[in-house]
Amino acid sequence: MQQPELTLTEHRPFQTQRKDTWWVQPMAVFLGLGLFIVYATFRVFEGNHFIHGPYLTPFYSPLLFIPKHFPELFGPESDTVRHALNHSVFRSTMPSWIPGIITPAVLILWAPLGFRFTCYYYRGAYYKAFWADPPSCTVSEPRKGYRGEHSFPLVVQNIHRYFLYVAIVIVGILAYDVWKALWFDVNGETKFGIGIGTIILAGNVVLLGGYTFGCHSLRHLVGGVVDLLSKAPIRRNMYNCISCLNQRHMLWAWMSLCWVGLSDFYVRTIAVTGWQDYITF
Amino acid sequence: MEKATFRIWRGDANEAQYVDYETEVSEGMVVLDAVHRIQAEQANDLAVRWNCKAGKCGSCSAEVNGNPKLLCMTRLNDLPLDQPVTVEPMRAFPIIKDLVTDVSWNFKVKEKMKPFTPRPPDEEDGTWRMEQEDIDHIQEFRKCIECFLCQDVCHVLREHDLHDEFIGPRFFVYAASLEMHPIDTENRLEELKNQDGIGYCNITKCCTKVCPEHITITDNAIIPLKERVVDQFYDPIKRLFRVFSS
Ligand code: SF4
Ligand code: SF4
Ligand code: FES
Ligand code: FES
Repeated sequence: MQQPELTLTEHRPFQTQRKDTWWVQPMAVFLGLGLFIVYATFRVFEGNHFIHGPYLTPFYSPLLFIPKHFPELFGPESDTVRHALNHSVFRSTMPSWIPGIITPAVLILWAPLGFRFTCYYYRGAYYKAFWADPPSCTVSEPRKGYRGEHSFPLVVQNIHRYFLYVAIVIVGILAYDVWKALWFDVNGETKFGIGIGTIILAGNVVLLGGYTFGCHSLRHLVGGVVDLLSKAPIRRNMYNCISCLNQRHMLWAWMSLCWVGLSDFYVRTIAVTGWQDYITF
Repeated sequence: MEKATFRIWRGDANEAQYVDYETEVSEGMVVLDAVHRIQAEQANDLAVRWNCKAGKCGSCSAEVNGNPKLLCMTRLNDLPLDQPVTVEPMRAFPIIKDLVTDVSWNFKVKEKMKPFTPRPPDEEDGTWRMEQEDIDHIQEFRKCIECFLCQDVCHVLREHDLHDEFIGPRFFVYAASLEMHPIDTENRLEELKNQDGIGYCNITKCCTKVCPEHITITDNAIIPLKERVVDQFYDPIKRLFRVFSS
């Protein structure tokens, strides 16, 4: 039986001979990243509920300044303001010349977002899910022209390693936040303890570390650039460790993304409701 | 015996259509077996290229249900046989007839690439000494059977037809095997950035998914080469460092 004539080189948008549900994966990426972007945008501009006791949400860390309205809202001697100042790098409120829309998160969130945006894994994933370039393997694209990362604007993605340098510092700062999240105020005394929040924030550091230290750029800088790794045993060992994380880079990327959102959600929830989470003393 | 329908692309560059063939299938058969049975019993003029029937010569590359595959390694029991199985030639290359495409562009690309350029021999007898682990690093690239399925799936070639500006994943694997070779002295980064168009790759990893030799094309060849290109051309600190160290 003969079928109508077709040509192999004619591409209609989203045309494919694939019979599987090829759209599920890009759709899942679209929804997952889309949800995160919406939530993160809301939290960044909310400018509040980011600290509870010694817990600071990773969305606002490093906290350069505390918001201008904090001393008035909570009282200058309140626990919240004291803890916030303790976390704040400059130990002061936001300078008055900075407009109100610029929350402490706006000042720093460009770094983790830029890191993820330029990550090799996410690039491949969002080019498919958000730009249909291609929608999925062997599925035709809706546009004819293509420049890829060969020229402006996407050639800028090559900046990724600079975001990596910042991200490594941020992982260190988040680890320090976990240390701070081990010390609680109890009747005017500072006591060591582990709260559910502490565990959540520590989990965030582990997952973010797994993601950051499995970065392709780091893998290259540590050992990939060297052809004779046998002559550089320390670099070789580091390269092997990074390669090991790198093999699961996609998994680390998603786990750390979900966990960072969960950490923020947890801190926000207890900050809004004033719940005391379970702490071991 | 169970029957299945194969919707096979028949024709040449000027005129072509899908033709449905129903044939008997049995356990253990691969798509190439079914195509051969159709060729023997119903369509003696059906063109299909094959050689080893063992997934090692890379001749029988085609598309099965829209996925680039070796016909000889695609088992029928992995396909839904209640609907017609589509068998087409690779779309990234000019069609010759039926399932056979002209892949000669690939060999021309290879000819243009800077060849292996070893350092002077280490020993008087003209041999070199290398550490096994330095060779292990590039060993997987040598598994390539030049089936060109990765070239076929790559949207830069298949969809955008940038054959003049982009060498495709197969040749990034080849370039990586040379660039990372412990005794090679050549520098191919300028070519990789400009003529070879490595920047066109947008890391969708489709090539890695289809490689029958399971070469980690994107993560182990393309991204490391992209990073080397960044070192040489885009990283301002590395550039500054090179200026001072030279
Ligand atoms: S990862 Fe790059 S080379 Fe491989 S198929 Fe995608 S665009 Fe092509
Ligand atoms: S890299 Fe893999 S898919 Fe590409 S030509 Fe070689 S064996 Fe085939
Ligand atoms: S490649 Fe993903 S973080 Fe660098
Ligand atoms: S016939 Fe050799 S790989 Fe299929």
